[in-house]
Amino acid sequence: MTNATLTPVPAAPVANRRNRLSKGRLPRWAIPVVGLSALVLGAAGSTLGGFSIASMLIYTALLFVVGATAVTVIVEGRRQGTNSFFTYLIHGCFILALIPLISVLYTVLERGLPGMTSNFLFTSMNGMTGAVDNQSVADGTPVLGGAYHAVVGTLLITAFSTIISVPIGMLAAIYLVEYGQGKALSRGITFFVDVMTGIPSIVAGLFAGALFGILFGPSTRMGIVAAVALSVLMIPTVVRSTEEMLKIVPNELREASYALGVRKWRTIAQVVIPTAISGIASGVTLAIARVIGETAPILVTAGLANNINFNVFSNWMATLPTFIYYQILSPTSPTNIDPSAQRAWAAALLLIIMVMVLNLGARLIARVFSPKTGR
Amino acid sequence: MKLSRTTQIASVLSVAALALTACGSDNPTGSTEGSGGSSQESSKAVTGTLTGIGASSQKAAMDAWKSGFESTGEGAKVQYSPDGSGAGRKAFLAGGAQFAGSDAYLSDEEFESSKDVCGPAGAFDIPAYVSPIAVAYNLEGVEGLKLDAKTIAAIFALEVTTWNDPAIADQNEGVDLPDTNITVVHRNDESGTTENFTQYLSATAGDTWTYEESGDWPSDLQSENAKGTAGVVSTTTSTPGAITYADASAVGELGTVAVKVGEDYTELSAEAAAKAVESAEPVTGRSDVDMALELKRDTTESGAYPISLVSYHIYCSSYPDQETVDLVKAWGNYVVGAEGQQAAADSAGSAPLSEPLMEQAHEAIDSIEVAS
Amino acid sequence: MTTNALTSGPGSGRTGDRVFSTAARSAGILILLTLFAVALFLFVQALPAFTADPADLSGGQGFFSYIWPIVIGTVIAAAIAIVLATPVGLGVALFISHYAPRKLAAPLGYVIDLLAAIPSVIYGIWGYLVLAPVLVPGYEWLNQHLGFLPVFGGPVSQTGKTMLTAGVVLAVMVLPIITSLSREIFLQAPGLHEEAALALGATRWEMIRMSVLPFARAGIISAVMLGLGRALGETMAVALVLSTGTLIPSLIKSGNQTIAAEIALNFPEAFGLRMSELIAAGLVLFVITLAVNMIARWIISRHQQFSGAN
Repeated sequence: MTNATLTPVPAAPVANRRNRLSKGRLPRWAIPVVGLSALVLGAAGSTLGGFSIASMLIYTALLFVVGATAVTVIVEGRRQGTNSFFTYLIHGCFILALIPLISVLYTVLERGLPGMTSNFLFTSMNGMTGAVDNQSVADGTPVLGGAYHAVVGTLLITAFSTIISVPIGMLAAIYLVEYGQGKALSRGITFFVDVMTGIPSIVAGLFAGALFGILFGPSTRMGIVAAVALSVLMIPTVVRSTEEMLKIVPNELREASYALGVRKWRTIAQVVIPTAISGIASGVTLAIARVIGETAPILVTAGLANNINFNVFSNWMATLPTFIYYQILSPTSPTNIDPSAQRAWAAALLLIIMVMVLNLGARLIARVFSPKTGR
Repeated sequence: MKLSRTTQIASVLSVAALALTACGSDNPTGSTEGSGGSSQESSKAVTGTLTGIGASSQKAAMDAWKSGFESTGEGAKVQYSPDGSGAGRKAFLAGGAQFAGSDAYLSDEEFESSKDVCGPAGAFDIPAYVSPIAVAYNLEGVEGLKLDAKTIAAIFALEVTTWNDPAIADQNEGVDLPDTNITVVHRNDESGTTENFTQYLSATAGDTWTYEESGDWPSDLQSENAKGTAGVVSTTTSTPGAITYADASAVGELGTVAVKVGEDYTELSAEAAAKAVESAEPVTGRSDVDMALELKRDTTESGAYPISLVSYHIYCSSYPDQETVDLVKAWGNYVVGAEGQQAAADSAGSAPLSEPLMEQAHEAIDSIEVAS
Repeated sequence: MTTNALTSGPGSGRTGDRVFSTAARSAGILILLTLFAVALFLFVQALPAFTADPADLSGGQGFFSYIWPIVIGTVIAAAIAIVLATPVGLGVALFISHYAPRKLAAPLGYVIDLLAAIPSVIYGIWGYLVLAPVLVPGYEWLNQHLGFLPVFGGPVSQTGKTMLTAGVVLAVMVLPIITSLSREIFLQAPGLHEEAALALGATRWEMIRMSVLPFARAGIISAVMLGLGRALGETMAVALVLSTGTLIPSLIKSGNQTIAAEIALNFPEAFGLRMSELIAAGLVLFVITLAVNMIARWIISRHQQFSGAN
């Protein structure tokens, strides 16, 4: 490898300056030098097969990890070498994960920001037709029509599904961890909760639709049906994450509480749950984040509305994902799809912002309830 | 204290929620009430909510109809969920919707079962939305390509694979065809568009197209595909040398093929599509008012464009109460009337129904009665 | 506030205990009932597909020959997603919990969580508008150098709408799930163990390998399983990204199909028997998830000693 020729360069001066205290240590500048050489070699290597930024970065990253590890192994020994190898790898993972994140966010921001007008935020799609869109494209006037009705629908439906699934999910997880250890019922629940994570979202929607169809007549569509469908999807995530978080609460805490004569339910409510609350909040947020973006189950349970509806117990509702879905796949005006695309991306941005706020809220709640002396 | 902080957060959140919900408007276009259309139906005020479920192909037209209809009558409201034709017919037959939108007319079996919800005369189909299907291609500098049915079939059956193939070149003298590979793009979701297109191919291309007529693209033909009309158009637009079939209103910048009918090549146009629909034969064995049509794909009538999607509205011949009957009649007549058809043409780029078909449709809708 | 609450009368405590445990048990039973209802619903709706004349089903050769290609497609897509997302997700979680500066860790975790918030429709559109074209040169390179492997067989799709792209999109979608849960678990690893390891002269990686990872193993598997659940059941993103088709070994050609996408793409126009067939496909997906989860549970059960409560 090319690195073999590289290593003596930084290693040589090290040998000269070596004294008892800095023995077996890389000098500070060694790693940047490896990085720089990796960059140069990476650029050179990528030109061989037609230059591109992507291939250059890939070559550079590989060369750097291999080179830096080799240097560390030679100078500091195998253990430190492994350590630095994993350090670079883990940093690399993080950078790798940021690439799609930045790309997605950039795409959404770039296409969504122009659509974030007050008309978009505070009006519905009521009365919007393709003719209106054609007109605004022809005249070059701002795009009309908004997602207010969808925001209302998203908030209400998600709120109701959270109200349904968080208590059920948390209680079930408490049962699993605190009461049901080893019991048949507990094993059954664990098993079937796992199965529930595999329900395709459309099936959850069909199920809720059929359930309400039996109770209230065929094709009953309203916000609460959608909320039930989303709950079916949400509960397993809540149970699973809460269960994991409760499990890692140290038993010493429980035992200490029992030793003070505290009842089991108070121990759970005031010692176990607060200790795990940050993780639970994280899991619940994740569950909400998952269902808030669901499209398929909403389509068959809440219908498609163009007007504002505040009542989840009657009439159809729209949510942001269904709004995005229809604006992209069946634009309001098939001849001029740009206004629809703009509304769709703006709605996507809005949805992301909403989840961000929600995430912050969950963290705030977690901080209020979690023990102050925690890590 | 803990509690007070919780209440603080709760109050902040609820204030934020209130602020958000306080100021929404259901009037994005800023129009004043009732100015959307001249109110010719206003003599008979109808109220109530009409529910329809069905084809997503009609969604854009439906937006236009809904807004036009709601602005003519006080208090009448229409809601339509574009779940798909199959889902729409199913919901309609189960009594979950007052009308269905469907890319295919009721099958005989479905017609029989419609008698359960609609009374002894069953349900009937009314053509409401005619959209020509374009054969669209992305080939820089090439416009007005002319092809006959056999060549189109050969391209989509992956037998003709380059644009300068003699089969194409022979019909397009003087057009400079590149040697680019042809990339066929088809719908990967089941759709009425695919069904109508494959019907056309199997009716006209003889043994070049041996596949079944179906809403699903033949699985033996492995090529690029995408979801929905918007999907195939965007894939075709971004792939040089690609060809697809899609609703004419959505093809945008793409070139469209003039199709050989009889001895001439017919350019894609709403009039040409309407002409083909007019000469279609009614399907027999239905209720007297049923207007299900069998398009003549192999028509030789010059100036008719044979590849179109006819999407229907399916109504019951009787409804349980007078209020619903009035509402359905008002809505149905609006949709197939000149005003409704024009609104759809403006918004969705559909081809308006011809006069005789409109007359027939009005007659059919006026026959709806209260169930005895 | 807590002291007086803890020393309240013994009678109320007992009632509280009973109410609490009953509530917890009922919640568990309710979940079982819901699942039973869903399964029943699925089964009743799917039944015609199993009993029908094989010639009437799609493909005309019975349910099995219809379902197995898309079962394999589903497994391939989910496998690509998990293989790509698990190491990266764990790496990110470790970075946030043990490598990043404390002040940066929380916001970074927050940023990754954001990925989970993006609706799948957006991932789908991003996948075919942005990601697929970028990957095409990469696929060509793979085909050129590794084309002898069937998975990289040509000709390469010119739109990039392939199984591998779908897998990458799914990986991006499940990454935040894996990261978020495993990060929480890494953070809960006993600090004393970590400090002891460091005090004994372990390097940071040795400390993580010896005290953090064993503690977190069950949780990591849970996190991966949740991610897998999403990857298996994801509909919209795959439906939008993948150029579907029959089962083929190459991952960089258009082709293959997943169960969830098959349902989403064909459901709207489905009617009668076709509808039953799609619901039966859903049932099969159910069974796959079941099998995968059973395996995971079995693995976890061999590492019970790290559970805090027992």
